[in-house]
Amino acid sequence: MQLEAKDVGFRYGDGPWLFQRVNVMLEPGEIVGITGPSGRGKTTFCRILAGFESPVEGTVHVNGAPLPKSGYHPVQMVLQHPEKATNPRWKMHKVLNEGYQPDKELLDLLGIEQEWLTRWPHELSGGELQRFCVARALGPNTRFLIADEMTTMLDANTQAQIWHAIMSIAKQREMGILVVTHESKLMQRLCHRVIDFNEFD
Amino acid sequence: MSILEVENLSVSFKQYTDGFKEINHKVISSLSVTLEAGEILAVVGASGSGKSLLAHAILGILPRNASISGTIKYKGVELTAARLATLRGKELALVPQSVNFLDPLMRVGSQVRTASNSEDVVSAQRKVFERYHLGKEVESMYPFQLSGGMARRTLLSTAMVSGAKVIIADEPTPGLDPIVIKEALSNFREFADKGCAVMLITHDIESALQITDKIAVFYAGTTVEIASVKDFVGKGEAIRHPYTKALWRALPQNEFISIPGSQPHPSSLPPGCLFAPRCEIATPECEQAPPDMRELRDGMVRCIHAT
Repeated sequence: MQLEAKDVGFRYGDGPWLFQRVNVMLEPGEIVGITGPSGRGKTTFCRILAGFESPVEGTVHVNGAPLPKSGYHPVQMVLQHPEKATNPRWKMHKVLNEGYQPDKELLDLLGIEQEWLTRWPHELSGGELQRFCVARALGPNTRFLIADEMTTMLDANTQAQIWHAIMSIAKQREMGILVVTHESKLMQRLCHRVIDFNEFD
Repeated sequence: MSILEVENLSVSFKQYTDGFKEINHKVISSLSVTLEAGEILAVVGASGSGKSLLAHAILGILPRNASISGTIKYKGVELTAARLATLRGKELALVPQSVNFLDPLMRVGSQVRTASNSEDVVSAQRKVFERYHLGKEVESMYPFQLSGGMARRTLLSTAMVSGAKVIIADEPTPGLDPIVIKEALSNFREFADKGCAVMLITHDIESALQITDKIAVFYAGTTVEIASVKDFVGKGEAIRHPYTKALWRALPQNEFISIPGSQPHPSSLPPGCLFAPRCEIATPECEQAPPDMRELRDGMVRCIHAT
């Protein structure tokens, strides 16, 4: 199963092209980094891959077929700001179990404590919340994970904790990961190869 | 000269649970830091360790259910609410952490202009935008039209345009590309070299090391170590506190290994050393009472075992 973006281009309305002719191929188990200046559409490209946005031109295919319009999306995305990605009126157990029921093994691996499940999102720190966002994105049918500045807001220790958990799951399940980050050292540590978003117009 | 002194600061939040049951969460306890003129102090630590709350306490913008004890002095005189009101935005400026601090209904150019204390606010704003590589078209945009990095550069601009003496920058760099980070940080350095001071709250230890003079490390609402930048080399042998060592080792360019667990919640703080439950070198003694901050090798540490 591959994730393939072919000649993808995007712009808002009749505005200038944010990017055009973006070609990215992600194999199962492959970890690829994307780097580039802010404001060039890296996040928008991620949103297209995860099905939140449609490309203005070009196509995105998973396993040779277009992205599914309904059902569980095989490409899941984790965003930079977990506090903006969790429903403030839901307690954490509801946030966690919205898509599927993560097992205890996964929760332990990500360091999610049972006691946190009865809290509201605002009662957890960014690092704690982000663990939930990662857990809920790792459903059994997730084939590709898009990590858009996923650990940028976190301290070094939490960052290492979360990435070690994800890498072991990715290896076990042959999951492909796209890593968007400005931190070149982290990129070197994690990725098999790196795509420079500057190469596209 | 110390331009800003925080002494024995504690912050707690009053919360109501189950109807009328009132509980106090102590989120910052016995915290002391000083900021010298001409200096950049980095504040690093886990998210949720009280770094932003310190910034908000200094500027007096904590929510109403917060209560503070301890003293904060600016230029040797205590910062009272009345004094703060005259200094905020003029001598003390904040670069807020969240991009939510931008007014969603105001064009960003105008927002930056309201922060400027100069005669010609328009040219002041344009100059600062140019410095941060924000194009001319950006000034007439609304915050929702900006990317994450552009929004952050706008927040930086509001502080830099104000002409303040002390800038408290709360995570100003995440999501920015290296060129802009470098620009922003060298800007801070220049600013400090003019005799002003910067408190740089960050978890980007690597960038902090390049421009700051000393580093204060936070854990669970208090400082565990204050160290000189030059202590952060090699495997971290010169670092004093076990938590600081763990942070250093966890960096991707170092060993990228983490210690398990997470920092305690304010509602269930351990009675002794706050780090003891996760500490490799903890002994029963550590669980007796919270250790005091003590001087060690030209730095400060809150650990009875540190050498």
